This record gives sequence, structure tokens and C-alpha cells, in this order.
Amino acid sequence: MNSKVIEINNLGKQYRLGQVGTSTLSDDFKRWLYKVRGKEDPFLKVGETNDRTQKGNSEYVWALRDINFSINKGEVVGIIGKNGAGKSTLLKILSRTTSPTTGEYKIKGRVASLLEVGTGFHPDLSGRENVFLNGAIMGMSKTEIKKQFDAIVDFSGVERYIDTPVKRYSSGMYVRLAFAVAAHLEPEILIVDEVLAVGDQEFQDKCLGKMKSVSGEGRTVLFVSHNMAAVKSLCKRCVVMRNGQVTFDGSVSDGISKYLEALNPSLNNGTIEAHHRTINSGNVFIKNIKIENQEFLTGNSIYFNNSISILMEIDFLNDFNDIIIDARINSNDGVELFHSMTLYDNDLIKVSKGVLQTKVNIENKLQPGKYFVSLGVHLSNGATLDYLENVLELNVLNVTNTNSKGLVYDFKLGYGRLNATWQIN
Amino acid sequence: MNNTNQNTDWDIIVKPQSNFFKLDLKELWSYRDLVLLMIKRDLTALYKQTILGPVWMFLQPLFTTLLYTFLSHQAQLKTDNLPPLLFYLIGQTYWLYFAECFTKTSNTFIANASVFGKVYFPRLVMPISVMFSNLIRLGIQMLMMLCAYLFYLITTNDVTPSYSVLALQPVLILLLGLFALGLGILFSAVTTKYRDFSFLLGFGLQLFMFVSGIVFPASTFSEKTKFILMFNPVMSLTEAIKFGLTGQGYFSVVHIISAVVVIAIVLFFSIMVFNKTEKTFMDTV
Repeated sequence: MNSKVIEINNLGKQYRLGQVGTSTLSDDFKRWLYKVRGKEDPFLKVGETNDRTQKGNSEYVWALRDINFSINKGEVVGIIGKNGAGKSTLLKILSRTTSPTTGEYKIKGRVASLLEVGTGFHPDLSGRENVFLNGAIMGMSKTEIKKQFDAIVDFSGVERYIDTPVKRYSSGMYVRLAFAVAAHLEPEILIVDEVLAVGDQEFQDKCLGKMKSVSGEGRTVLFVSHNMAAVKSLCKRCVVMRNGQVTFDGSVSDGISKYLEALNPSLNNGTIEAHHRTINSGNVFIKNIKIENQEFLTGNSIYFNNSISILMEIDFLNDFNDIIIDARINSNDGVELFHSMTLYDNDLIKVSKGVLQTKVNIENKLQPGKYFVSLGVHLSNGATLDYLENVLELNVLNVTNTNSKGLVYDFKLGYGRLNATWQIN
Repeated sequence: MNNTNQNTDWDIIVKPQSNFFKLDLKELWSYRDLVLLMIKRDLTALYKQTILGPVWMFLQPLFTTLLYTFLSHQAQLKTDNLPPLLFYLIGQTYWLYFAECFTKTSNTFIANASVFGKVYFPRLVMPISVMFSNLIRLGIQMLMMLCAYLFYLITTNDVTPSYSVLALQPVLILLLGLFALGLGILFSAVTTKYRDFSFLLGFGLQLFMFVSGIVFPASTFSEKTKFILMFNPVMSLTEAIKFGLTGQGYFSVVHIISAVVVIAIVLFFSIMVFNKTEKTFMDTV
């Protein structure tokens, strides 16, 4: 049986909007009056869930509310969610930089929190002095740092500059040295917040590799990231947060689809509005579009190598007998990559007044990245009846759902992957 | 899962409210290396990229002393029976220690907000290391004071040390530092939410110097006024230090005891407020 190392019970954090701090002087006083009379804090009852896009009535919001989960020893847990979902607040509370408003949590073992690298680095001190200082802030003793010092310098790759003040460092060197200290902390529980966003690719890979090896040593890791590939390759378990609450807790691939679903639910599955139409003749309207295949994650995202089916409902206000329907895919940087139209496979389409259902199935050989889909209805003479430019945003993930190893496709030269066979003798 | 039997061995349990007074000395002790490194950082980083470097430590008390010596000459201010230069130099040396400790610790939370917001360690590490790095500064500044002191000790008859009180000096200095620490962290706690106090501190400290025996010695006041003023720990402590060094000044056991009591109360109260603040200051700073 695994043993719990973190247990969180009903954790909540309330903030007051607009002003400094979590309260006002008069509210503080009211709170105190209630406390003196032995009553419950009146302001804990009010407050709304934290949806930053919506205007609320209450001055108080819950940045976190009713968080309950526990983590076993050696688990690597990814925490994902939109900006403002409460991820960082949760990490802040767990690393004890601020305290919760309600609830409690318990931790077993030494915690190192990497909410930032290079905390406490002093620009005027040399790299060597800062390694010691930073290590001590993170809770290492002097002897521990001394023992690890060579390994830290080696990992950072800034040996030549180790006696130079860090203000003379390039930002990359600074981050490398700082992460190197953090990587050699050897805590039982490591809390990491999006620190991988800095540094070059080589360094990011190094950090990921280090975190993998840390988790391999049976240590517990809590990892917040917006990098789904990193979460997928690193974590076994995933907690999805939304508006200060945990909406999902389970396997990584389910968690990621849940998260992506919440990211942008409107676009791929909905009614076309007037502003989507780039060109319109007034007698043909694409009313609805819907992405139909199961592999599609509803947040416009699709796993690498999974095909796309788009269902369209087109409303014809007149009869036509020479209709062409087309779909095209543009890259994120505006290059037209793909074009397909009904004329390739079929004759011109004859339609009578009414709603026509059309489905297009596109083989997906796109490299991971962001693409846009445009849809159009045209006449054989080239006149456009309805055209929706870049109506669908398509996000091809660099992971597949079929590959159980969670293989990451990170080499993405060009836009497409054509089928090719290699013969090696 | 059957984890009921493990409830006892959690290392950290965090709840919204904690004990009224909690001073985890064991935890603080485990961070002693950090205190040492912070002291080192304070001392080495302070004079980086200056030409005169640590010489600045001497210049500050020296110039203030010269100014007051000039003023006392012009305005006929009383300086016990000591040469004005020595009187003001002693006063300024210890006053600077107190004032520096006070002002530097009074912005503990605001100055360290970026560090405190990212990583947990006992927050008291910061003010304590400030107190000790200032103690080292005091030691260096005392060298200059001692030069002047020895000069007057040899050349004049006004200076006659009281050895029994002189032996108390380390304790008196520590008390002075603890008082500054207590006031400083109290201010640091209240300024996180209400910045008004940092303005108050600026000129308040200047006014405070005039009732602390640094400019006007206790002997210039009437007996009654003196008795009341001596309840100010800075005054009773600096007067006692001066008495130990020169035999001039005012040493009374009653007032030293009262100083100890006042300092103990201030420290207790301010650590309480500090602890309460450190839990949530990231939301208010």
C-alpha cells in the first residue's frame, strides 16, 4: 500500500477584489467582532467562484475552493488548467508562502518549491556565492551544498563564470545556474511551477530529464505546466483545475482532453455567425459545423496522425445545379497547405432549396502545430456563395492517443508528413 | 486506503489559524547556515562597486559627530564633562547601530517580498541576519571610536572608565539590538498593509534620537524629567554604555531592569504580530 505524503482537505483561499489585500479595515473590524462573540467569520459565507471573464456581484472571490486530494509517495502529478484556474495559488499555499482561508493540508517529508528559479540571487555576488545563498534559502545546509557544488556547476555549464557576479551573466546562464541549484536539492517532494518556460530547447530537455530522474528515484513531484507534451511525458496522474476547483483527477490523457475541451468549447461545434463569413452572396449559408470524429478533442485539438471529419449543414435558399464545396487548411503563418473540393471526387452538385448535410473526411498528415480551416461554397463559374475563412482553429498535438508510451513528436520541420518508406541495407 | 495509523507522523500540518505565539526555535536553528550567508551577503554586497568600500562605515558616524561637535561649540551644548568629539562619537556609534537595525528590519517584508513569495523559510531569518550584520558593522565602527577614546583616556583626566559596568557592555549592546529588532519587525508587519508607518518611522526616529541621550545627555535634564526619560531603553542603555566607558553619564539598575522588561514585552508582542503577518502578507504587501 502506498503511503500518502500530501493530504489536502477542503482547502480554500479567498481574496477581495480591486483593493489591496484580502480585506478592508471595516471588514477586519466586523470580522473581529464576530470572532469575539464566538461566531463564524461572516465573509467566509459570501464570495463567488473565480471566473475572471464574468462580472460578479460580490467583492470576495474564492481563488480556491473545496480542494480535496491526496498524493502518494513517488507519484508525479501534473496540475493543468487555464490561467486563473488557481494552480499557482494552490502551489503557493502548498509551499507555505501564503496560508489558506479554510481547510488544511498535511505534508510528510522535505518540500522544495520551485515557483521560480534563482530566488534570492543577489546580482552583485558571484555565481559561487549565489549557489550557496540560493541553496540555503531552499533549505539546504552548507555541508550539503558543498557536497553537491561540483555537480551543480557541472550541470549548469557555467563553470568559467562561476566567480563572476551574476549580474554579468546572460539571462540563459543565470537561469541555468539557478535551475542547477534547484535540481540538486534532493527533496522528498518537489513542487514545480512552469519553470521550464525559460531557457533554450537543450536546457528545457535537460530540466525535463532531471525531473524524470527525480521521479524515478521515488520522489513525489507536483508539476504545473501549460506544456501538454511535458505533462504527458512526465506525469502519470493529472489534476485539472477550473475556476478554483478541481474538475478532474485521473489519468493524464483523459485530463488533457478534459482541459482542452474547457479551453475553447465554442468554435468547432457550433452555429456560424455573421462575423465568420468572409464572403456571402445572401442565398447560401453554412449554418452549422461540427467536428465528428471521436479522436478529436473538443478544444480544437487533435492528436497527431488522427484524421479529421467535418460535418456541415448548408442552408440553400434557392435551387442550384452547379455547386462546388471546398475546404482548405492554412498554416499558422498563413501558408496554404491543403485544398480539397467536391469537384475532385464528384460531379458538380445539384441542390434544391433546403438544408444539405455534407461531411468531409481529411487525412491528417500535418506536423504538430496550429492550423486554420476555411470552408466555402462556390458555383462552377468561380463565384463564391458563402466563404468562412479560418473558421476553425486546428491544434495538432505533438502526442498521439494510440501510442501508449506517450511518444512525443517534437521534430517538426515543415508542415506535413507524407508517407515515405525507407530501405536500409 | 488504510492510512489512519499514519496521521500522527505528518511533518507539516497547515491550517488557517495557528497558535497565538509560536516561535519555532528548532526550525530557526536549522536555518542557521542561511543566517550566516545572509550576514555575509549583507556585508559583501553593500560596498560592491564603491571606491571607498568599507571606509564608508567610518565616514557616516564621523561626519555626524563633526557636525554635532561644531554645533555644540556654537550653541554651548552640554556634553557631560566629556570632550564634545568623544561624547558625540560614542553616542553616534551606538545610535547608528540601533537606528540601522531598526530601519533595515522595518522593511523586512516589503524588501524581501519577491523572495518570501516564492519560497518558505522562517521569515525571522531575515531580520535576525540584519541585526547580526549590523553588529559586525558596529564592531568595525567601534574601532574608530576606540581610537578617539584611547586618545582622550591618555591625554585628559575626564575619562575614567567604570570597569564593572564596562564588562556589561556586550549585554547592553545585545539588548539594544534586540530592542531595535523588536521595533523593526513590528513596523515591518504593520507596513505590509498600511504604508503610513514607513513615513512615520523616517522622522519619528530622528525625533527619538533627541530623547535618547545621544544629543542631550541625561545630565542636562531635571531629576524628574530624567527619571521618566530613562524608561526609554535606548537612553538607559546608551547612558550605561557611556558610563562604563568614561565614568560620565547615568547608570541605574532600576532603569536597566525596566529596559529589559520593556524589551522583553516589545519582542514578545512583535514576534506575535510578525508570525501572524508572515502567514498572509503575500496577499497584502
